[in-house]
Amino acid sequence: MKTLLNFFEKIGNAFSSRALRLGAATRLFILILIYSADSFKRIHLTIREIYFTGVMSLIIIIVSAFFVGMVLGLQGYYTLQKYGSSEAIGVLVALALVRELGPVVTALLFAGRAGTAITAEIGLMKATEQLSAMEMMAVSPIARIIAPRFWAGVITMPILASIFSMVGVLGGYVVAVPVIGVDEGAFWSQMQANVDFRFDIINGVIKSVVFGIACTIIALFEGFDAPPTAEGVSRATTRTVVTSSLAILALDFVLTSFMISG
Amino acid sequence: MDKIKLDAWVGIFVAIGVVSLLGLAMKVGNLTSNDIRETYMVTANFENIGGLKPRAPVKGAGVVVGRVNSIVFDTEAYHAIVSIDIDKRYVFPKDTFANIYTAGLLGEQYIGLEAGGDEKNLEQGDRITQTQDAVVLEKLISQFLYSKASEEE
Repeated sequence: MKTLLNFFEKIGNAFSSRALRLGAATRLFILILIYSADSFKRIHLTIREIYFTGVMSLIIIIVSAFFVGMVLGLQGYYTLQKYGSSEAIGVLVALALVRELGPVVTALLFAGRAGTAITAEIGLMKATEQLSAMEMMAVSPIARIIAPRFWAGVITMPILASIFSMVGVLGGYVVAVPVIGVDEGAFWSQMQANVDFRFDIINGVIKSVVFGIACTIIALFEGFDAPPTAEGVSRATTRTVVTSSLAILALDFVLTSFMISG
Repeated sequence: MDKIKLDAWVGIFVAIGVVSLLGLAMKVGNLTSNDIRETYMVTANFENIGGLKPRAPVKGAGVVVGRVNSIVFDTEAYHAIVSIDIDKRYVFPKDTFANIYTAGLLGEQYIGLEAGGDEKNLEQGDRITQTQDAVVLEKLISQFLYSKASEEE
């Protein structure tokens, strides 16, 4: 009887603590929106964060995009040549990148590269009581620290995703045309005939904006919510990666099903 | 890091992003090739549209001249009414023939327009009267089998 009660208590605890955290995250999101006007008055704070989240992620994004594109080119060619339609490789590479891999892989890399940095930074700021010090000086830490990082993430993500898709297509091109010897004209013309600007490219950008919002909110909240100890910050950083990755993949399914049916 | 250097790097970053998006739109996507903007709409009735879908291409002599706008079922005459948007630059005579073709053996279906000899041209809201339905493979096969069977008797 006792163990049964304990069991239900545990379930209830797990549920209510998660609901509490979700509510707190939503509160943080609304606070960010409210304080955004304040933070835009000091636009250089946001630009600084764009530098740290965006410019510093460029190398990893470009290199991984190039390799993803090359692998897609090789794998696509291997399968398509069985059906004698190796010219369709351009379509395959472009659609896979623009619709799915560009936004999703960029968001996953972003969560690992920038999201963890945000969580660790804010968690440490909290542990060393920098945030409380700001409040003591009547400076809102949300306007000064949180909101610029949020907007930097939201602006950076679609830019990174576009760069990822474009570099990936170039990677596919490098494998398909000079290495394998697919006709260059067919490669580009088939791609252009089958990739729609509105339905494929814009939808990919919309996806990456949503991922940007989700990733940065999760990273910011985990940092903000972290217990002010070394262990607490390290756990929060781990949770950022896990939660962001799951959120990205789940959101991707939801968005894709909306976009395909609509 | 001083402010100007920071701004410059972020500027370069945003510029690369914009260039990539433009590259996607122009080189990868169909923003350049698909410049059908001003269109006029005509309708055509088909007994059977096969697998024709909205946004399928409409071709004249193989050139894309428009797109299928919508396909509805007419409950009075029991046929399909297909609305077609044709680019304003292309005019077709009133007695144009509309066929539903298949690109390749298993490809998507599209509407092929074959110009007739009428002096007047199709205008907004007109109806193409001469149409030919999509080829349904099952029908063809069964017709072939029946004719074979009747030959042998």
